[in-house]
Amino acid sequence: MVYFLIFISAIFVNNIVLSQFLGICPFLGVSKKIDTALGMGAAVTFVLTLATVVTYLLQKLLVLWGIEFLQTILFILVIAALVQMIEIMLKKVSPALYQALGVFLPLITTNCCILGVALIVADQSKLLAKLPLGAEYGLLSGTVYAFATAVGFALALILFAGIREQLALNKVPEAMKGTPIALLTAGLLAMAFMGFSGVV
Amino acid sequence: MSNAMKTLTNGILKENPTFALVLGMCPTLATTTSAVNGMSMGLATLFVLVCSNVVISMLKNLIPDKVRIPAFIVVIATFVTMVQLVMQAYLPAIYDVLGLFIPLIVVNCIVLGRAEAFAAKNTVGLSALDGLGMGLGFTLSLTVLGVIREFLGAGTVFGLQIYSSQFAALIFVLAPGAFICLAYLMAIVNKLQKK
Repeated sequence: MVYFLIFISAIFVNNIVLSQFLGICPFLGVSKKIDTALGMGAAVTFVLTLATVVTYLLQKLLVLWGIEFLQTILFILVIAALVQMIEIMLKKVSPALYQALGVFLPLITTNCCILGVALIVADQSKLLAKLPLGAEYGLLSGTVYAFATAVGFALALILFAGIREQLALNKVPEAMKGTPIALLTAGLLAMAFMGFSGVV
Repeated sequence: MSNAMKTLTNGILKENPTFALVLGMCPTLATTTSAVNGMSMGLATLFVLVCSNVVISMLKNLIPDKVRIPAFIVVIATFVTMVQLVMQAYLPAIYDVLGLFIPLIVVNCIVLGRAEAFAAKNTVGLSALDGLGMGLGFTLSLTVLGVIREFLGAGTVFGLQIYSSQFAALIFVLAPGAFICLAYLMAIVNKLQKK
């Protein structure tokens, strides 16, 4: 039950993009077409879940050795290495999936939702998303949270891409073209997601 | 001299990180709930930008081309950790509010972008000025956005009550307000630039 609640809360109530503002760059950058949004969403889901598990275990080692101050440096390097490795492995194991995700994988290293979620889970940080029922971030709950967050990211991205595809057909005032209108749309979408607050 | 001036003002006006380059959107939207928060975030980024630009331009001939991105990230992450620890020790109140977004300066595209596009090709002095200009531009836009959101959402500016908060629209402090405020600010900047 707790895991189900974590799932719902991470996707809808505390959506990573629309209420926590992590991963805005890819959200604005690769949301012009639904196809690319799907690719990016899948790639982020894959990397985010794996990176969170790895960094969670790494944090245990850091605490054991008393070198927590190296956290930021190590995490970003581990994430970068992980993304590289996934890219190489995918190329060998599943060329079709690699073709689909290929372009998006290198971009993910600088997607702040990966490092952000890794830090939240490793630090047991309650700043952004309190887990429902007072649950702690353990290996399992952390992984579920990371996976659900990534699904939330993908959902927001795909919804937004759908709206932007329609928006491209409309006449937009000259000054609002491009980023401003996209941000305004995101604002309305965020307002819609606010309706979920208090559900969990 | 004019070259140095141009480098400095480039980041503040012509290539403002937020309004012209549209980089570093996450902290821009997330930390501007009040003017003070926005400004602190901007200043933290400014410090990292200047230091990493200086160090990277010093090391540019020593770093092999193939591993330059990881090397840059390590330099940036070092300074970010410094900011993080100093803020935790001396400004715990602000650190608690900005929280996660301080370590996330590492993945702020502006910092890595300037390292790659400017510091890796220019002298130490010019790189420092570029970092300062970009940092000031970023701080300026975050502060402006913070002032507007705080004014509309809580009726205060830098904590000073301007009008009663019961007439304020709380939505501007919440997530949707961030998107909407930035959208209109950008549209206004676009309009002014076209003229």
